[in-house]
Amino acid sequence: MMLTTDHLDRDRDRDRDIGSDSNGDITSGELAGKGTFAVFGGAVVLGALTWLPSGSVNWARWVIVTILAYIIGTYVVSRIVESKRHATDRLATAVMTSSFAVVLLPLVSVVWTVVERGSNRFDWTFYSETMRGVVGEGGGAYHAIIGTLIITALAATFSVPFGLFTAIYLVEYGGKTRFSKRVTGLVDVMTGIPSIVAGLFAYALFVLVDGPGHRSGLAGAVALTLLMTPVVVRASEEMLRLVPNELREASYALGVAKWRTIAKIVLPTAIAGILTGIVLSIARVIGETAPLLITVGIAQGVNYNPFSGRMATLPVFTYNSYAFPTLPRDASLDRAWASALTLVIIVAVLFTGARILSSILKPKGLK
Amino acid sequence: MTIIDNPKQPTEPDTPFGDEKISKTGDKVFFGLSFGAATLILVTLGAVALFLVKEGLPVFTASDKSDLERGGDSFFGYVGPLVLGTVYIAMIALLIATPIAVAVAVYISHYAPKRLSQTLGYFIDLLAAIPSVVFGIWGITVLAPILSRTLYPWLDDYASWLPFFGSDVNVSTSGRTTLTVGIVLAVMVLPIITAISREVFLQTPRLHEEASLALGATRWEMIRQAVLPYGRSGVISGAMLGLGRALGETMAVAMILSPADGYFWNIITNSNSNTIAANIALQFPESSGLEVNRLIATGLVLFIITFGVNALARRVADTGFTGADG
Repeated sequence: MMLTTDHLDRDRDRDRDIGSDSNGDITSGELAGKGTFAVFGGAVVLGALTWLPSGSVNWARWVIVTILAYIIGTYVVSRIVESKRHATDRLATAVMTSSFAVVLLPLVSVVWTVVERGSNRFDWTFYSETMRGVVGEGGGAYHAIIGTLIITALAATFSVPFGLFTAIYLVEYGGKTRFSKRVTGLVDVMTGIPSIVAGLFAYALFVLVDGPGHRSGLAGAVALTLLMTPVVVRASEEMLRLVPNELREASYALGVAKWRTIAKIVLPTAIAGILTGIVLSIARVIGETAPLLITVGIAQGVNYNPFSGRMATLPVFTYNSYAFPTLPRDASLDRAWASALTLVIIVAVLFTGARILSSILKPKGLK
Repeated sequence: MTIIDNPKQPTEPDTPFGDEKISKTGDKVFFGLSFGAATLILVTLGAVALFLVKEGLPVFTASDKSDLERGGDSFFGYVGPLVLGTVYIAMIALLIATPIAVAVAVYISHYAPKRLSQTLGYFIDLLAAIPSVVFGIWGITVLAPILSRTLYPWLDDYASWLPFFGSDVNVSTSGRTTLTVGIVLAVMVLPIITAISREVFLQTPRLHEEASLALGATRWEMIRQAVLPYGRSGVISGAMLGLGRALGETMAVAMILSPADGYFWNIITNSNSNTIAANIALQFPESSGLEVNRLIATGLVLFIITFGVNALARRVADTGFTGADG
């Protein structure tokens, strides 16, 4: 798509130039590719010049000065060679491109640090042993992985049907009634519920049943459900709305009942987006720490029963190993980083899976 | 074979969609499920408010407040600094993140080559899901030392005439400051805002874009005329989600910030107002009795703040008071 647009851009510029330029040179009044490279090169050199006063290489300053110099340089050069409108256009391009570079910096740093430090304990022991009876080095996060899987699976079981049917109501049945508007508003409110408040809610709910100090995997799953449901609703709602009305009308015209139209026409058309949304929501809650910290707590061994007792989960395990390290400190910190790395890998796998799934299921002919 | 056995066969309706009775029951069941789920949303939110009030209320009504050793027995004296810290840090994060996020979203949707933009979009989505505990551990190990070596001394030297970099207190050497947390939260909410903005920018009707270009607009003018107005509500809901995450962000704050009691405006020192969420996470595991009720009451305050922010954001989205439509 961008190729076509570029092509149009260039054609239009040429047309204008032919009309207005007395020299008859069709590329005059246009900043060529060479020109932008020259500006960029100049900016890099200018950035490098900032080494001179201190005499040492400062990468961050180099990058920042280069970016600033490039943005200003492009604007000035284009303003002189081309027109004010083109200069603004190039300024916008330079700002957007460089803001992307600025964003990548911390994000690459996060991933790099986690991989580098996490690899210290990225071994089989870490994934096959628990922390029961472990003093000092060794030990693993098997119990935490089990806990995370159980609690997340429970939360998904609650929130996927809950969220999907709410979205179906909003798009297919609700229309513009006051009730459906109110539900939409409340889903927005729910989206904004801080994770710690969701945790407090689950705690308060289970305190009613079990008395103060309640800790269980189920309470954690309830907290996560509260966080996950609005994400599922919003993602599914958006995707259902993208399904063209013509499809529904065609189905009705053939005499198909409404629920069959939804189940056989609307949902399959939107399924790729909905599944992606569900996986995104799982990825969002799988790393939630705060609600689990106060509803589930932490345990040293495996607890397969989500209905009673504390369970270890990967995020809480990461936090605990880092914030309250046991001696020797380095062994504990290594476990924290390895656990963080595991979380990142799980999220990455979920995402890649969603990608593949959505490209397999995408109906042909839809963009 | 069936035709011979069952002579009625040809007269039955020849549709692949089943008979009418099933359709009607199915319709009822389907409607019931959907309506029930939508109603359950109302009920759930009501329950959240109800339970928080119920468990938070004892802190006001209890006659014996001897449990509340730390922070005194005035609830508003306790929650005030926490509210300041919460709003302050979230605002810093949003101010840093939103403009950059929108620029990145436009870059991915309208500047980057298509194949590159798909990869970039994937990475941004992925980064939106990196757990906060990972950002927390990264912030304190990597970012805080860098900032305390470079940015903070510089701000202390050259910008101390600004109240929030004021030189009345010593600049932090550990980097565990409000500004560090604000930057970490900005990094965290940026992918969220970007992901949602990008999604709506990509949905801009092709005809709008081509119409703009056909009238002679440059690419930037086309973006301003067609893409940004179309994606305005998406940007706002993205920023709203981002603000929600920043206000309620717990672990990164709890791990990085060096908190103190009281109101602090200076954002580059070791004395910082804590946030509600981080305070709950730090205190809850060791609290009991009325202290738990007090923490739940602060949670209710946080809930009300986020509720207010959402209501405001929705009003802005509805009235379109964002300047994007010029």
